[in-house]
Amino acid sequence: MRVCMPTTLSDACSMLADAGTAGRVMAGGTDLLVDWPQRAHEHDDTIWIDLSRVTPLRRITCADHVLRLGALTTYWDVVQSEQAAEAFPLLKQAARVVGSLQIQTRGTWAGNIMNGSPAADGVLALMAYDTTIELRSTAGVRRVSLDTFYTGYRSTVARADEILESIVLRRHRYRIQYFEKIGTRQAQAITKVGLALTQDSADHSWRVVMNSMAPTVTRCPALEGVLSAQQPMAGPDAWLPIIDADVSPIDDLRSTSRYRRVVAARLLHSALADRCDWIGQ
Amino acid sequence: MQCDQSPDSQPDQPAAAGPPDGSESRGVSRRSFIKTMGVSAAAGAVETALVTSAAEASAMQRRDDVETLGPQAVALTLSINGTPHRVSVEPLTPLVEVLRWNLGMTGTKTACGRGACGACTVHLDGQPIASCMTPVIDAVGCEISTIEGLGNGDQLDPLQVAFIKHDAMQCGFCTPGLIMSSKALLADTGKPNMETIRKALCGNLCRCGTYPNVFNAVLEASGQPVPNDLNTDNGKRGG
Ligand SMILES: Cc1cc2nc3c(=O)[nH]c(=O)nc-3n(C[C@H](O)[C@H](O)[C@H](O)COP(=O)(O)OP(=O)(O)OC[C@H]3O[C@@H](n4cnc5c(N)ncnc54)[C@H](O)[C@@H]3O)c2cc1C
Ligand code: FES
Ligand code: FES
Repeated sequence: MRVCMPTTLSDACSMLADAGTAGRVMAGGTDLLVDWPQRAHEHDDTIWIDLSRVTPLRRITCADHVLRLGALTTYWDVVQSEQAAEAFPLLKQAARVVGSLQIQTRGTWAGNIMNGSPAADGVLALMAYDTTIELRSTAGVRRVSLDTFYTGYRSTVARADEILESIVLRRHRYRIQYFEKIGTRQAQAITKVGLALTQDSADHSWRVVMNSMAPTVTRCPALEGVLSAQQPMAGPDAWLPIIDADVSPIDDLRSTSRYRRVVAARLLHSALADRCDWIGQ
Repeated sequence: MQCDQSPDSQPDQPAAAGPPDGSESRGVSRRSFIKTMGVSAAAGAVETALVTSAAEASAMQRRDDVETLGPQAVALTLSINGTPHRVSVEPLTPLVEVLRWNLGMTGTKTACGRGACGACTVHLDGQPIASCMTPVIDAVGCEISTIEGLGNGDQLDPLQVAFIKHDAMQCGFCTPGLIMSSKALLADTGKPNMETIRKALCGNLCRCGTYPNVFNAVLEASGQPVPNDLNTDNGKRGG
């Protein structure tokens, strides 16, 4: 096992390219170092590219309706950035329910995206906005919409030689912004059911996002369609067939499929019944 | 959107750079330190001038002086409670192990070893972190504060005094972590209310269930009145 400590992103990219299949990028390490050092032997051949000294990546910039989070931006950095919290309030809400403060100060948004967990809470909030990520390699930078980044359980369109450089959020005006995480406790809990939604106040378009309900964090086109069509909903149960068209929650050690569907339906109904007069109580 | 450039939200300092004397022992060469500073100063330009074409990207030169560590142990210097300590360890060793095993600073505890309980809480540049999840190499160049750094000789820190007064521990295993989280909170928020205290301590689990007394101790240490005081109600307490 070797650990590279580049101080520039271009060095990090070339080292990752040189490392080939042995290369792994590390940011806060809060996903990678679970059960370390007991698991260290699994990584005898790994070449770690530790980004922690690429200091320009730890930046939040905000200009012209665009918020840019450098790859080393932590949850706590966003909680403390008034501009980020004001422009994209769901980010702060999500940040405060990730793990605990000790995880929020080390864990990064980029690590949350790249780790690819279906339970990722940071991704849940980011996908409720118009979010693009910039992936850099020695071949240059490409931009990918977060909506199309995940291709299946823990798989993404990113290549092994790419480093996520920035997360770019484009601000619209929103009529509705909502985020809710259901877990066993308020802190240190992996999400059983997560729902985030936004409605654009200019074109009235919706983004409905769920986590822990499908193999990836995902947008829900059927729900978005029903909302755009202003279809009345008699009560929480009326949402179930539409939820089933979008996601397929499973039974696992944290929860059951049934619980997840029913809770998602109730969250949707309680979130929207008051805010959308066509839905009904 | 009211949105300016916000360098203020992110300090311009390198997060993990070497000491100004550039000593090699910390695992950060003088060269890479100077380079880090240079990069930091130029960071504004980096943000606006995004490289987008492959041609531009290939113009970026690979540098040969990037530090590569391991697999064997490396000599590092850690700044703990204001004092430099030299250790020889593998770079991804969890910080808590280095504190306890290499330096004998056993005030910081380890229980879950996976970021879930807060027993290992220390501060990195003033922020509470789980030291079981933090590779020691990431702590080089940062100021590490541990429970050993609190108080002054026999003079206990006000938080420690309040924890004793409010009987805020039973077995005491979670206590150093709880005190370090409380310390970070009080440095940030002079007089936190109960809600803020509970949030700040949400990452510290106490199996003995001492939470109400811990919250009261934090109220006391921040100079606020303590309602529902169970333990200092002299004489009224049974047993
Ligand atoms: C106790 C505990 C509680 C947690 N609670 C939650 C929770 O409530 N909700 C939640 O969503 N998550 C939770 N997590 C998971 C984790 O903290 C987050 O996913 C975090 O955002 C990961 O960021 P990191 O910087 O630590 O990533 P790392 O562990 O450093 O990396 C994670 C993955 O991303 C890759 N990676 C990181 N940065 C980049 C980059 N810039 N470019 C390319 N690849 C990169 C790494 O190679 C790795 O595969 C928890 C973890 C712990 C230990
Ligand atoms: S030992 Fe580090 S959080 Fe439990
Ligand atoms: S006092 Fe025993 S775990 Fe908290």
